[in-house]
Amino acid sequence: MDASAPSLETPAGNDAGRSLTIRNLRKEYSPGKPVLKDVSVTIAGRGMTAIIGPSGTGKSTLIRCINRLIDPTSGEIIFRGQDLAKLRGKELRRARRRIGMVFQEYNLVERLTVIENLLCGRLGYVPVWRAWLRKFPAADVDRAFHLLDAVGLGDFANQRADQLSGGQRQRVGIARALMQEPDLILADEPTSSLDPKTSVEIMELIAQRAGERDIPAVVNIHNVELGRRFADRIIGMSKGEIVFDGPPNTLQDSDLLAIYGGQGWLE
Amino acid sequence: MSAAGALPGGPAGGELRRWQRFTPLERVARTGFYLFALLAVLWALRTIEIIPEFLYDAPHQTVDLFARMWPIDWSWYPKVVHAALMETLHIATLGTILAVALAAPVALLVATNITHSVILNTFGKFILVATRSVHSIMWALFFVAVFGPGALAGMLAIAVHSIGFTGKFLSEAIEEARPGPIEALKAVGAPPLAILIKGYWPQVKPAFLALAIFRWDINIRESAVLGLVGGGGLGMALDTALSNLYWDQAGLVLFVIFVVVIATEIVTTTIRSRIL
Repeated sequence: MDASAPSLETPAGNDAGRSLTIRNLRKEYSPGKPVLKDVSVTIAGRGMTAIIGPSGTGKSTLIRCINRLIDPTSGEIIFRGQDLAKLRGKELRRARRRIGMVFQEYNLVERLTVIENLLCGRLGYVPVWRAWLRKFPAADVDRAFHLLDAVGLGDFANQRADQLSGGQRQRVGIARALMQEPDLILADEPTSSLDPKTSVEIMELIAQRAGERDIPAVVNIHNVELGRRFADRIIGMSKGEIVFDGPPNTLQDSDLLAIYGGQGWLE
Repeated sequence: MSAAGALPGGPAGGELRRWQRFTPLERVARTGFYLFALLAVLWALRTIEIIPEFLYDAPHQTVDLFARMWPIDWSWYPKVVHAALMETLHIATLGTILAVALAAPVALLVATNITHSVILNTFGKFILVATRSVHSIMWALFFVAVFGPGALAGMLAIAVHSIGFTGKFLSEAIEEARPGPIEALKAVGAPPLAILIKGYWPQVKPAFLALAIFRWDINIRESAVLGLVGGGGLGMALDTALSNLYWDQAGLVLFVIFVVVIATEIVTTTIRSRIL
């Protein structure tokens, strides 16, 4: 299983081809009212980047523009030699299958079993008739069992997803994303529906698995402390713009005030 | 209320603020509506021409009818009614299967989260309304004219009339599917057909099965009378008995219909409580 392979295969210097470059990304849901105001940022080819900022500031829009769940109004998203913003149809699906995504509400297919939810991560690769008849390639099935063990749900393969707790569901969500053999992991508020202890475990899992694959992870997160603890880089957003960008230890209270506004809540 | 003046926030000047549920205009409109409803009922009563002689006679006639049906001619069951009953069940079952097969693509056309085209949505809705608004008896008359009397005409009548009902509720079930899992499968890079099979179908399946079973239940009742216009099944046997004035045989058919309806009711509620 390549997920556990050491990260030696990619020399640290060869980062450029694996990084994600966003240039002048703009999104207007209604004309003239941009939610993202020409955001430009480059995410390195490894490590976790946490995006913090108040609700409605465009974090979710930014992350969903990357895999085109939302179509940007203008701008470029360069990843692995392609401008994702320009892709359509089959090309877009081919690009998407290398980008794993973890959701706040887990977004599992609840009436399917855990193992089948994992195998859904292969839907971009597997012919439709195989998915329909549940005849997934043996290698995929084996990989799914390995990943289930890896996220600590080895005994739950045949349980229906709606029987799991929130934390367990999110583990399945992460495993599904890893089934894609992704080159990038996006996570949109992966811990917002979870208790504090589980939140830490989930962030740990994302950081650890992304580290093992040696791929970058971009995580939207409300909890600043969690972001500080697990991310290598913090991006602070406010009103559709990046207002802070740096390693966690440089994030000062004054930056938080610039990001979130207000005064009294910090004391 | 003697303590009213002591309530906090009470009026300083002593003037009590009043609360009224309706504005005066609303009250006039409501009174007008009730008057209109009363007039409508009176008008309707005048239109129904009640013939007093028949009305006085009704209890006597009812008793007489039942007396003529009794004793029920049970010997007619193996000769004619059993085959007719089987035909009715087959008409209802095949008709429902065909209806579901025909309704599924139309439902996909109507569901706005699947088909993003107002023209196609409207076209699908037109099919649903057109098939549903024509009663199955009407469809049976049509298909009897085309294919001749018999089970085929009855089956097609059941199938076509059911498209509207099945398709409407199926499209609503599709539209109620949670968008989250669909989004997740999109993000995985799944092609549209795979999203339909792995994202929508598991969510729609329980509603779909309940719907098909419910429609089957309705169709058994409907197919029992289609024979009156040549659609085959129990209705045909009832028609024969009635035109021969063999009331004991008609009684048998009515009894069989009654038993079948209760039996399917029990079967369908049991199945539905299992799958939902």
